[in-house]
Amino acid sequence: MIKKTDISIMTWILIAFGIINIILLATGKLGFNAKGIGIITAVAITLAMYSFLYKDNPVFKIAENLFVGVAMGYSLIIIWFNILKPDVFEALIVPMFKDTEIGPQYSVIVPTLLGFFMFLRFSTKLSWLSRWSFAFIVGMGSGIAIPNFINAILLRQLEPMFAPLYTGSFWGTVNTILVLVGVVSVLFYFFFSMEHKGAIGGVSVVGVWFLMIAFGASFGYTVMARMSLLIGRMQFLLKDWLGIIQ
Amino acid sequence: MIKLFITFVFSILILSCTSTAFAMGGGKSEFQAFDTPNDSGKSITLRWPSSPGESDHVEYVVYASTTKNGPFETEALRIKSNDMYEEGSDSSYHLAVVETDKLFNKEASDNGSSIEYFFKLVKVSNLDSTSIGVIASATPKGNWFNSSRLNNFIILIIFSILTLCCIKHAKKVPGLFIRKIKGLDAIDDALGRATEMGKPALFVHGLNDMDSISTIAAINILGRIALRVAEYDTPLKVSNIYPIVLSVSQEVVKESYLEAGRPDAYVEDNVFLAASEQFPYVVALSGIMTREKPAANFFVGYFYAESLILSETGAATGAIQIAATDAFTQLPFFITTCDYTLMGEELYAASAYLSREPLLLGSLRAQDIIKGVLIGVIIFGAILATCGVDFISSIFRPG
Repeated sequence: MIKKTDISIMTWILIAFGIINIILLATGKLGFNAKGIGIITAVAITLAMYSFLYKDNPVFKIAENLFVGVAMGYSLIIIWFNILKPDVFEALIVPMFKDTEIGPQYSVIVPTLLGFFMFLRFSTKLSWLSRWSFAFIVGMGSGIAIPNFINAILLRQLEPMFAPLYTGSFWGTVNTILVLVGVVSVLFYFFFSMEHKGAIGGVSVVGVWFLMIAFGASFGYTVMARMSLLIGRMQFLLKDWLGIIQ
Repeated sequence: MIKLFITFVFSILILSCTSTAFAMGGGKSEFQAFDTPNDSGKSITLRWPSSPGESDHVEYVVYASTTKNGPFETEALRIKSNDMYEEGSDSSYHLAVVETDKLFNKEASDNGSSIEYFFKLVKVSNLDSTSIGVIASATPKGNWFNSSRLNNFIILIIFSILTLCCIKHAKKVPGLFIRKIKGLDAIDDALGRATEMGKPALFVHGLNDMDSISTIAAINILGRIALRVAEYDTPLKVSNIYPIVLSVSQEVVKESYLEAGRPDAYVEDNVFLAASEQFPYVVALSGIMTREKPAANFFVGYFYAESLILSETGAATGAIQIAATDAFTQLPFFITTCDYTLMGEELYAASAYLSREPLLLGSLRAQDIIKGVLIGVIIFGAILATCGVDFISSIFRPG
């Protein structure tokens, strides 16, 4: 339920936004062209999104639905131009009715049929066929992911563990031993078929400490990256729109 | 079984040692060209001895032709003379791979592996160009088996056998022990709270498609949550970003309602596609969380930058939140904003923990044994490496 005060706050903000834009357009700081209108639209959507920080409101809802709808439309276009058109329409359908350099690629029929089976979910009688497509995707996904997992995750991470513990320098050696202790203790934490008591419990607690230190570092690093995103948006508002900073 | 295991271990040792010495040939020969081993047949490897006076200012240029007598006009490779040394040759040989399918026109490339390519090596400096070494030739051939990944194959076989044995054992001995995982125990509490409050529970899938292991694990957890929800008669909303995950989720939730004997309570529209892109997905879910105020939020799967926005919004609405992800970079955000977080492998263990099915319990036990073996290998390998023996690292070298 929107309160009266919320409605008045929203109205005043909209009026202020309108007045600022009229002034910017009238003074020529924003051109009355595609670029200027584009900036105003981008600012409106940015502010609508930020309005969620206050509370859920109709302006945010408009921006939300616009964002979801535009993304869906964009995805459809991408699927048509990047997948369906080159891989099905131009490779299979066009050569069937037109003389082209390369004949129809019949190998495309099987994946196209599997894709078509997905739409059969709308039919109560034939929806079982869609399970073929799912089975193919899940099976293929697991088949590709599991062997790659061994190489990319397991062996790639094991490789640096086989470095000599003594590196020639004191701190280098401490570092290598820390990495070894960290990896082993974290692995102990992820034992599920043993109770974490006694020695195993002690080692897994060390593992949790290592994890938390790593998460803390990762948290700080990512927050800094997010700050730079915020700064970028502020620069857009203050520089491109209001022209306050250069 | 032990004999089989020992045989496999020995086969790793023998084959990994033999595979490292492939195709190179020995001796201090001149400029050589040979088919790149373990590739799809679209490249040729060139090898030649290094010479004194190699520096940044001197370059090696390799010209290619499809006939022995040339003309050698197509430049196949240009490197600084002090670059691209063969690994393990102590800088006495250069080794470079040339992609043959990018060398000539399309017709030549389409003939694929039947073409013999000829290469001429020229050393270029500011002062002069000197042709060095005889012309070398090779024909690229595709390989069905990548021998550098033989260890992957053997490890996969060993782990698979071990998993099958553990599953067999779990079927014989019911009720294998699993340590307490607080986050999973809290699922029942969260769903109970949602039931008491008369509000829905929200299950948020991660941003990976159905080919991701974390999404498959998420589907398993969803099945269990849907079963409990059907028993409690609480609405469950499941948001998806991929149509395939959506369809699989619908099937899984429907089956769970059937299993609970409540097919009438299943609402297909409650398992929905929220959006098709990352941030629209976040915005749509933030809106749902704020408006419908679910009593319990589950974030399960692989997440990216959206994790904090989602979980922060959920926390602001006062929902009890449980996250489960193997996305290392996003775990800190879930830990700070959710009530319980399942980290990494706990996500994979969740389905075994919740269902207590022998199949899953057995595979979980196998994973633990594998982890134990890996701990032993790591410690043993590190000690051996410190003593100057890199025998373990050669066995586990990634391909």
